[in-house]
Parts: sequence; structure tokens; C-alpha cells
Amino acid sequence: MTMAQRQRQEAAPAGASFPDLRWFPPGTHITVRGLKKSFDGNPVYVGFDIDLPKGKIVSIFGPNGCGKSTFINMVAGLLPIDAGQILFEGKTIADTRIGYVFQNYREALFPWLRAIDNVHYPLRLMGIPKAERDRRIAELVAGFDLKFDLNRYPYQLSGGQQQTVSIMRSLVIEPEVLFLDEPFSALDYEMTLIMRDQLQKVLVARGVTTVLVSHDLEEAVYLADKVLMLTRRPSRIADYMDVDLPRPRDPSTLTDARFIELKARTLEVFQNAVRAS
Amino acid sequence: MQSARLSRYAWMAVGPLALFLVWYAVHLAGLVTPKLLPSPVRTLQSVWTHTTTGGMGADFLRTLWRTLQAFVIAAAFGVPIGIIIGASEKLYRSIEFLIDFFRSTPATAMFPLFMIIFGLGDFSKIAVAAFAAWLVVLFNVAYGVMNARQTRILAAKVMGASRARIFKDVMFYECLPQTFVGLRTAVSLALVVIVVAEMFIGSDDGLGKRIIDSQITFDLPQLYGTILVSGILGYGLNLIFLGLEKWLVHWSGRA
Ligand SMILES: Nc1ncnc2c1ncn2[C@@H]1O[C@H](COP(=O)(O)OP(=O)(O)OP(=O)(O)O)[C@@H](O)[C@H]1O
Ligand SMILES: [Mg+2]
Repeated sequence: MTMAQRQRQEAAPAGASFPDLRWFPPGTHITVRGLKKSFDGNPVYVGFDIDLPKGKIVSIFGPNGCGKSTFINMVAGLLPIDAGQILFEGKTIADTRIGYVFQNYREALFPWLRAIDNVHYPLRLMGIPKAERDRRIAELVAGFDLKFDLNRYPYQLSGGQQQTVSIMRSLVIEPEVLFLDEPFSALDYEMTLIMRDQLQKVLVARGVTTVLVSHDLEEAVYLADKVLMLTRRPSRIADYMDVDLPRPRDPSTLTDARFIELKARTLEVFQNAVRAS
Repeated sequence: MQSARLSRYAWMAVGPLALFLVWYAVHLAGLVTPKLLPSPVRTLQSVWTHTTTGGMGADFLRTLWRTLQAFVIAAAFGVPIGIIIGASEKLYRSIEFLIDFFRSTPATAMFPLFMIIFGLGDFSKIAVAAFAAWLVVLFNVAYGVMNARQTRILAAKVMGASRARIFKDVMFYECLPQTFVGLRTAVSLALVVIVVAEMFIGSDDGLGKRIIDSQITFDLPQLYGTILVSGILGYGLNLIFLGLEKWLVHWSGRA
């Protein structure tokens, strides 16, 4: 923590008449305040506040079209916001290293580059010399359980392998925050199970703050430390629930009593949220 | 693998061989007067003698050279301008009509205009062909840029690529498949316009000149032979571009 950040924390609100919006509670990484967004006059967010914890995985779950993608795209700086403030430990997005994994891996990787060069690309953008890039990639590869050749072109790989390359590409820069928008929804169930465990292993090992959009309730609960449930648009928080299951979680977790209880609760919240509007 | 390729080539030979046989059969049966339809053997003989002694090789090279000049001009102006137009939706909208209009106008109808501007020399032929081919390149490149996958551009942006890097590292490759479609169409079109220009603008050499001369002297074996040679030239150019495309744009249609 830098001096400036510490000072901001000490100067924390506690009754201050002009709260400093850059203040963030300890353990929080991303603070969203007064977020507003509408498309062609149709509001999606009308003053949205949330804190996302540092080094944890937060899943976002909600009905179709409620604004999940809109939310992470705004937080990731891909979509302009109408009003409000989004800060990362007091910094703006421009000063934050982020990774983003798209749902559509086919259209996110560069097919003119080999898989390995796709992973090199963000490091090249940062101007890192080849030897250092090779070292970092070797280290990254060691954390994955790769069963394919990175010297192939993306179109020569299966969907799961392509998404693995996408995830590697987003992690290689050692991001402070990782965003994933329905990363496994284009994969079959078996592949999804493998990829979840792969992702969990890497993220927990690296302690990356992660924001994951999932339209699969089981997946949302399984991977998350916290599940953010949204209502229909304009989106509000339906629930922001802690998932206190021990890690590492494995497929047997899916039948664990606590897991089933949490899943049932999220399902109930979801149904209420959908019915309410 | 090897035998599969062989059988592919064998199948590819079936059509041309069949045409040759039908042609020969029609000739033998006398269904068309030999004056109008010489035998295929006679035609190939004519190609052979004119190539070895009659300067058909030189005409072939002249036509090829003019086509390539027109093509290079078209590509040199078409690719960069296409990228600029494709990158700006407003710019594209504002000249979409002009591009479509001139693309639909037969280039050969503009011979007189180009002759007035560029004179009767070689360059007016090249200029018309270059103009027609340029529109094709321009249109395809602009289209390729406009249809670049938005996700790839976003991916580069999120990795911190500047606008210039996005252009160089993503846009360029994204529009490459469509650019090649444009270049391939352009080279074929350039050849057509050059041959027609050699026939009608008046020329000292070239395949088009040879075609019109054989028509005037009623040398039908040479007429058919020169048409065949023009076809081979066009086919060869197309084949070269297909090969280049397969090699340079290996991901085309697969990603
Ligand atoms: N560029 C846009 N222009 C207009 N409306 C948009 C745009 N992007 C999103 N919307 C609208 O905003 C709402 C939220 O969209 P968003 O894509 O964030 O939903 P989502 O929760 O990710 O949905 P899904 O579950 O289908 O992925 C939707 O109603 C959508 O129609
Ligand atoms: Mg979405």
C-alpha cells in the first residue's frame, strides 16, 4: 500500500460531510460509486454502488439482458460510463493492469499468430525483451496442465484449448484484475468442468482479483468467493452473498451439502428478483 | 494422401478433356462448318507455330506486362485508400454511391474519356484497366476493414495497444482475407480490360491485337488459339494469387 493510499484510508469518512470517494475499505480492490448507464434512453444502471474484494473471485449472476456484460465492460474500461466513479485501490483504470477473457475465444485470439505468439503479444506491447518474455511464459505454462502444442495456430486447437490460450494471454501480464465474461459458455459440459478447475487453480495460486460473469448458477457458486446477484434492468443488487466453501474445490464439492444449500439460496434470490419486476 | 491428391488432379482434368473431345467430335462429325470451327488439333498447332515463329510469346508478355502495371497501380492506390475509407463510417457512406456507381459502369465504356485524357499511347489502356481494378481493390479493402472482428480490436485495446498498434497488428491482418479477394478479382478484371483495349483502342502488339487481326484476316485457328492463350494467362494469374493467398492468409475461412 502506498503512502497516499494509507493517508486516504486514515482520512476515511466517519462522519465527514464531504466523503472522499477515493476512500476504500481495507481488503477492497474495486469501488464502484453512483454508476449510471443507459442505452438510447433506456436505463441499465441508475446509481449503482458496489465494492469488490481484493484477490478474490466475484461471480456476477442475473437474468438475461440485466446488464452483466455492460457492468464488466464499464469496469474494464471498454465501455464509457454516463456518470459515477470506478476506482481500483484509488487508481483509475488507466493506471491498472487488467486482463480480459472474452466469451467468443474464436474472435478474441489472433489467428495469424501461433498460440504461443498470442501469449507473447501483450508482453510485446509492454516492450518486454524476448528473454524475459520467454521466462515469464515458461513460468505461466508450468501452472497450467497443458496437453497441446502452443506452436499451433488457434484454428488448429479445440474450443477449450483456445480458451485456455486466451486465459494464458490475459494472465501473462500478471494483471491486478481479471475479467471474464461467460468464458466457458461456448464449451461442452465436460470441457467446462476441466476448465473451471484449471481456472480455479491458477487464480487461487496467483491471488488475482477476478470478476466473472456466468449464466450458470452452479459455476457462479462453485468458483466464487462472493456471488453478486442482479435484478432485471435497471439493475440493482438482489443479493451479494459470501461463498464460504473451502478451497480447493473439486467436482465432489458439487454434491457437498453446504454447496447445495448456497445454490438453493441463490436460486431463490434469482427467482424472486425475476418475479419482482 | 498422395493418391488422394493424384485423384484430385485426375478429376480436375476431366472437364477440359471432355471439352476437347466434344470439340473434336463436333468437328469430325462436321456439325459446324470447319471454316467457323477448326479442329482442336489444328488450333493447338497454330498456337505452337505462332509461338515459335510468329511472335505470340512476345504478345503474351506485352499483355501480361500491361496487366501487371495496371494491377500494381490499382493495388498501390487501392489498399491504403481502402483502409482509410473503411476506417471511417462517415467517409464510406459519403462515397458509397460513387464506388458502386463506377463499379457498375462498364470500364470499357470509358475508353474514349481516357483516350482524351491520356492520349492514344499505351498508358491510356493501362489507366482504364487500373481504374477499373482500383475500384475493386478499394471496395474490398474498405469492406474488410469495416467487417473487422470487433472483439479482436477490443482484445488489443484491453491489452493496452495504441490506435496505431491496433491498425498495424490487428486491422491490417483482419482485412487481409478480403483484400486478397479484391486483388484476385482486380487482376482478372485488369486482364479483361487490357485485352479489350488492345483490340479496340488500337495497339501495335498484345493478345488483344492478335485476336482482332486474326478476325480481320479470318485466321480462325489463330483466333481460337489466341483466345485459349488469353484464358491460360487469366487462369495462371488467378492460380498464382490463390497460392499467395493460401500461403499468406493461412487462417482465411478457418477463424
Ligand atoms: N450497445 C448497446 N446498444 C443498445 N443497447 C444495449 C447495448 N449493449 C447492451 N444493451 C442493452 O443493455 C442491456 C444489458 O445488456 P448486457 O449485454 O449487459 O446484458 P447481459 O446481462 O450481459 O445479458 P446476457 O445474459 O444476454 O449476456 C440489454 O437490455 C441490452 O439490450
Ligand atoms: Mg452478456
